[in-house]
Amino acid sequence: MRLDRSGRAGVVAALILVCVAAGRMRAAGQWAAPPSSSASSIPASVLLQPEELNHLLQTPAAEKPLIEKPLILQVGSHVLFTQAHIPRAEYAGPGSQDAGAQILRNRVGPLPRKTFIVLYCGCCPWGRCPNVGPAYKLLLDMGFTRVKVLYLADNFGADWVNKGFPVESGH
Amino acid sequence: MAICRALLVAFLAASVALATAQSAPPAQNLLNKQAPNFTRQDLHGHALRLAAFRGKVVLLNFWATWCAPCQVEMPIFSAWQRQYGPQGFAIIGISMDDDAAAARQLVQRLKLDYPVAMGDARLGMRYGGVLGLPLSFLIDRNGVVRARFQGESDVKVMENQMRELLAEH
Repeated sequence: MRLDRSGRAGVVAALILVCVAAGRMRAAGQWAAPPSSSASSIPASVLLQPEELNHLLQTPAAEKPLIEKPLILQVGSHVLFTQAHIPRAEYAGPGSQDAGAQILRNRVGPLPRKTFIVLYCGCCPWGRCPNVGPAYKLLLDMGFTRVKVLYLADNFGADWVNKGFPVESGH
Repeated sequence: MAICRALLVAFLAASVALATAQSAPPAQNLLNKQAPNFTRQDLHGHALRLAAFRGKVVLLNFWATWCAPCQVEMPIFSAWQRQYGPQGFAIIGISMDDDAAAARQLVQRLKLDYPVAMGDARLGMRYGGVLGLPLSFLIDRNGVVRARFQGESDVKVMENQMRELLAEH
C-alpha cells in the first residue's frame, strides 16, 4: 500500500501521538508505583490511624485483657524522639540509614515473628518520610507478620501531640 | 497506717504518670512573644547568639538532612540572604540531625552562606517542640516571633511576610 503525502503526514502524526501517550502513561505509572522505600509504598491495610492507636493504648488491660499491647518503635530522628514520643515507645534508629536499620534489626531480632509491632516516624509529611518505608520492609523481610505503621499525615507534632494524645519526653 | 501507705503510693504513681504523660506546649504559643534566646556554636565553630541579631529580621529555620522539603527551601533561603541581607535580613539554620557530619556535608553541597548550628531536644522544646520538619519562625527586628511555618510552606507567602517585617522600622 502506497500512501500519498497527506497520508504519510497522518501516519507520522499518529506515531508522535502514540509516543507522547506512552511517555505520559509511563510517567503516570511512576507516580502510581512509588519506590519500595517510600512511605507511600506501604499498603493501606497495614496503616493505623492515630485515633486507633491511642484507643488501643488507652484501653485498660483489666477491661479487655485479650487486647494485646503492641511493641511501638520510633524509626526516625533521635532528637525528635527525645522531645516527645508515644508512651512506651522505643527508639529504634532512623529506618533510612544503615545504622538505624541495624538498631532495628538488633531490637527485633530475638522476638517471635508474630509479635505485634507498630512503627512510626512523623519527621515529615507522609509522602516525604524516608524512614517508615525501609523499616517496614526490613521487618517484612525478617519474617514479621503482624506489623502496623502509624499513619501521620503531616508530622508527629500535628497528628499526635496537637490532638492531645499522650506523650513522654526523654531518652 | 496501711491506708496512709496506700494513699502515698497512689499519690506517687499519679505524680509519675503526670510527669511522663505530658502534652507538649501548643504549637502556636510563641507567636507575638519574645523568641527564646540561645547561644550555640555554628558549624564553623563561631559563636552564634540569637540576641546578637536584634535589629534584623531573622528567619530561624529548623531542618535536617533526611527532610526532603527542607532541601527544597534551603537554596531559596540562601538566595534571600543575598537579596535581602543588605536590608537587614538574616537566616539562622538549625540542623536537627543526630549527626553533625551529615549536616556539614549538606551545608557544603548546597553552598549555604548563612550560619548553621546543631540543634537538640532542649532547644526544640523551647520553641514549642520541633516535632516535624521543616519548621521556620520569622522574628522581627525587636526579637518578637511574628510567624510560624510548619511543613511544606508556600515560600512566596513566607517571602511576603518577611518583606513586610523588613519594611517595619
